[in-house]
Amino acid sequence: MTRARDLLRGTPIGLLIVVGFFVIGLIGPWIAPYDPLSIDLLHEYEPPSRAHWLGTGDNGIDILSALLHGARLAAVVGLVVVGISVVLGTLIGTWAGYYGRLADHFVTGVADLVQAFPAIVLNIAVLALVAKPGLVHLIVALLVNGWVLYARLARAETLSLREREFVEAARALGVPAPQVMRRHVIPNLLGPLVIQATTGLGVVVLAESTLSFLGLGPGKAVSWGALLDQGTGVLLRFPHVALFSGGAIALTVLGFNLTGDWLRDWLDPHLR
Amino acid sequence: MVPVMSPGLLGYLAGRLARALLTVAGLVTIVFLLVRLIPGDPVEAILGDQAGPEEKAELRQALQLDRPIGAQYVSFLGDVVDGSLGTSFRRPDRSVWSMMHEVLPDTIILALAAWLVAWLVAIPLGTLAAARAGRGWDKLASTAAVAGLAIPNIWLGPLLILAFGVKLRWLPLPGDDLAGPEALILPAITIGTALAAVLTRQTRAAMIEILSQQYITAARARGVPSIPLLLRHALRNALLPVMTIGAAQLGALLSGTVVTEKIFERPGLGTLFLDAFFARDIPVVQGCVLLIAVIYVGVNLAVDLAYGIVDPRVRLS
Repeated sequence: MTRARDLLRGTPIGLLIVVGFFVIGLIGPWIAPYDPLSIDLLHEYEPPSRAHWLGTGDNGIDILSALLHGARLAAVVGLVVVGISVVLGTLIGTWAGYYGRLADHFVTGVADLVQAFPAIVLNIAVLALVAKPGLVHLIVALLVNGWVLYARLARAETLSLREREFVEAARALGVPAPQVMRRHVIPNLLGPLVIQATTGLGVVVLAESTLSFLGLGPGKAVSWGALLDQGTGVLLRFPHVALFSGGAIALTVLGFNLTGDWLRDWLDPHLR
Repeated sequence: MVPVMSPGLLGYLAGRLARALLTVAGLVTIVFLLVRLIPGDPVEAILGDQAGPEEKAELRQALQLDRPIGAQYVSFLGDVVDGSLGTSFRRPDRSVWSMMHEVLPDTIILALAAWLVAWLVAIPLGTLAAARAGRGWDKLASTAAVAGLAIPNIWLGPLLILAFGVKLRWLPLPGDDLAGPEALILPAITIGTALAAVLTRQTRAAMIEILSQQYITAARARGVPSIPLLLRHALRNALLPVMTIGAAQLGALLSGTVVTEKIFERPGLGTLFLDAFFARDIPVVQGCVLLIAVIYVGVNLAVDLAYGIVDPRVRLS
């Protein structure tokens, strides 16, 4: 009872942003007033007006429509990358933590190596190997280091769970290892994983924007980062393009960060 | 006082060094494999799909991609050991190292400037927040930290240019003459802000913990005035753990320079890296990735070694 009330009382602005982001990611392309790729050279780089609420950009595209479409890309990339990373990382980390020894050394070693590269540099290096990077390549590039944090988290938690009585009891009763992990270990990992995944979504949205900003995004798709790149190019004359597209990225990242912090406080009573 | 070179310390240093060398060996191998084993043909990526078979075969031979993978690995190791890191595809007369060496100082200066910005913001703000925990200044500092963490540097850069370059005209715009140190200010703030936010939080947390300890209460009871109490008694002890985190982040700042050099149109390792990417100059891409990763590992090693020397307890863990 008190828990539910605490939850509501702190109803955080971050959660509202996150829900808004996913709703727009879902319905954005349908409610967009214009086609974000339609060219209208007579109305290039116009400031916000009644016809174009957020103004127009390169080739006269409607910025509001481009942002609504870009939200879909950001949401899809975020969900797919974080979803796969969480599953993969949990399996790898639990396996390493549960069996220890060689498995553990191997996984920690690979994780250390992957983390020895700054994330964005590794992503770019992977994309450099493809002739025309598309959505799938982008996702693969983000997955290369995406799984590591979740694997580390799952490993650390499994190491401590393994020593707990209820896990030991299950093992002593002869429950096979995969079942112990599935029934007793993984369910107990979910809390920390959810917190990590929430912040992780913001990280992936930012990474997608950054790669698109650098010109490495999926070619045809409308991306916030690509729009910000155009806006930076014309910053001195038409600042509205960069202001709105960058604002969308910043707001989304802020939303995920706040929601992650809030979930942490709520799920981890020690911190309250 | 522990003798400077006790056997325990030597063992710790040697072990840590060996681990770093192992990591570097692993990095070299991964960077090598990254190019060869990931599906996708670098030859096609360079030439595009219109190229004829002879053209492709020729490039494949020039890149030595037609040789067995073991032989390629040995020759790549040779390039690493002799320090050249191979030859650029675009500029066959230049070694990859000489191209990186030319722009490396620009990037290092930028990263150090960003680091300085982060400390200059974080220590006063974090200390103030801890001294006034739960009150106005504290709330302001934590709000600033949340904002600093959320604002992407791809947006912060343009915002700073608009505010200080266009509106106020205090600082040069990208593309202006880049000689003066004032051209470094906005890029440094762009990169340093996120780290400033992290360090502010860390400084605040460490200071709050220290301020609750008995020797602080004792000093207060002896009548030590609050400013010396904060600075001399508390901050000095709080700073060590924060400095470890801050030092380790120096390597991470390098990845911020990739984006920031593009926004501010500055030369540097990031610009070289991106140009090489778009030209599919794989040896240069490879070299930049390796160099950045090695700097990263090197910084972490230096931090660990320094910490091991300063704090004997670290060696035991």
